Amino acid sequence: MTAETIIQSLASGLLMGLLYGLIAVGLALIFGLMDVVNFAHGEFLMLAMYVTFFLFTFFAIDPLLSAPLAAAALFVLGAVVYLVIVRFAMRAKANVGMVQIFATFGLAIVMRGLAQLFFTADYRSVPNSWLGGKTISVAGIFLPQPQLFGALVAIAAFGGLYLFINRTDFGRALEATREDPGAVALVGIDKNRVFALGWGLGAALVGLAGAIMASFFYIYPDVGASFALIAYVTVALGGFGSVFGAFAGGIIVGLVEATTALVLPPSLKSVGIYAVYLLVVFIRPRGLFGSM
Amino acid sequence: MDKSFTERRRRELLVAACLTVAAALVPLFVKNPNVQNIMILTLMFGALSQSWNILSGYCGQISLGHALYFGLGAYTTTLLFTKFGVPPWFGMLAGGAISALIALALGYPCFRLGGHYFAIATIVIAEIGLLLIQNWEWAGAALGIEMPVRGDSWLKFQFARSKLPYFYFALALACVAWFVTWWLEDSKWGYWWRAVKDNPDAAQSLGVVVFDSKMGAAAVSAFLVAVGGSFYAMYVSYIDPGSVMGFQFSLLMALPAVLGGIGTLWGPLLGAVILIPLTELTRSYIGGSGRGVDLIVYGSLIVVIALARPEGLIGLFSRRKGASR
Repeated sequence: MTAETIIQSLASGLLMGLLYGLIAVGLALIFGLMDVVNFAHGEFLMLAMYVTFFLFTFFAIDPLLSAPLAAAALFVLGAVVYLVIVRFAMRAKANVGMVQIFATFGLAIVMRGLAQLFFTADYRSVPNSWLGGKTISVAGIFLPQPQLFGALVAIAAFGGLYLFINRTDFGRALEATREDPGAVALVGIDKNRVFALGWGLGAALVGLAGAIMASFFYIYPDVGASFALIAYVTVALGGFGSVFGAFAGGIIVGLVEATTALVLPPSLKSVGIYAVYLLVVFIRPRGLFGSM
Repeated sequence: MDKSFTERRRRELLVAACLTVAAALVPLFVKNPNVQNIMILTLMFGALSQSWNILSGYCGQISLGHALYFGLGAYTTTLLFTKFGVPPWFGMLAGGAISALIALALGYPCFRLGGHYFAIATIVIAEIGLLLIQNWEWAGAALGIEMPVRGDSWLKFQFARSKLPYFYFALALACVAWFVTWWLEDSKWGYWWRAVKDNPDAAQSLGVVVFDSKMGAAAVSAFLVAVGGSFYAMYVSYIDPGSVMGFQFSLLMALPAVLGGIGTLWGPLLGAVILIPLTELTRSYIGGSGRGVDLIVYGSLIVVIALARPEGLIGLFSRRKGASR
């Protein structure tokens, strides 16, 4: 194993890690806002990938351009899911935690079933997109362009999210609602509206990630499941509800995955991620950046 | 202990005995092998869910990784039988013991985690187990292992011609899981678990050993689930990592309890009686074309029940009981 191989895989790991962060941040945002884990998060990703695929296949819109459209579609989906399902799950009089898990998990199963019914179980891909298959060489390291683009979008999204939460009225309403949902009602903020927009925003972020991933991953009804588990690990590693934690968690997960792949057979590359995750939460039960 | 309470517990035992006898008679009249298969799976999932319910329902530690123990039971039994010729009866106990020990070893760090952190840790640990078995050549890796057919025998627990022995074993398993729950409900442990579930801090201050309570629940729960896994391996006689240790199995174990009533004595069985036949029927009637309609029906059912009846379907019965009191 040469130094170049190591640097090369760490660089790819970093790019993938930023994308993992982007997949996970919506989950972290929603959890931070209302203590709900969305167990259909992977299916949101799957849907975004299909949206991108169909825009490409039927309208020849390149994933680069359709990313905002996928994000918008997912924004609507997220808000609707909150208004139709999650809102009622939060009102449950018994077993609230359980109800949230199973209501969103049931939704995940329905979405997978719908995908199989309407899109079939075939593996799809977006061939010959503008960046697809192209690499760029930086100081002797080859970086695949779609992944590089994804990483840049992820950084931009995190920056934008930071400004959004800290600088806009809606961001402040979001922050206030998360701190004290009862008190915000007194100053005239509609809690349900904030929550619905929060869900929309969280889903839009994973929509962005799905659009980028559509150009270098196969698209099929169960594609969300494997990425969802990585997203949960990313969020738990960074600390549930911490947006910065999701960003840092994503980078760690990407780097650990790349390192594991250097030492262990490829089929075991996720073991490294899971082991590091367990190690972190056993030492810090609330993740790296979670509040205690 | 007031009189009505002891009376109620005695009545539950009586109802259980009557139901067992009734269930035992059914396959003498219903000979269709497909229906018998559904009945066996229903009893098995009832037993599994009842066992899951001990840790997640009574003690409130939501595990979404119980497939690990199911798979450990299935693999221990199958490997001991195919590689060393050890009878499955022994493999069953060995699988149970190994699972209980692993549950204790994992519980040590995991029970410090709260809520979602615990649930996600259980998913991740089961996933690690799945990946390791998938890469373990000696145990058949991703392809799995087939149980060699050695002819009908009680010692080897193999019956090619009849499903009845499997049915009665599954029934016995469901009875054991029910009885263990019934017995624990009114034991020191049962009270500790409910106290831990409702308010761990208050329980701790009242002298409940919170950590030990969780460990006890985990060990009992894992042991019973592993026995279920051993049974399943003998019943289907071919196992592969994904089909016995995959995430979907963890959910299949939790769903009947959630549907019927989590943390209740009858909930898991009630849930299994409704859910398993429904799953099997949707799969065979509308899912055959592989078009996902079965998933849509199944998923919608979960959403609707979770939203409309968070306390589970068992609530329908207890409310009527409350009205007549």
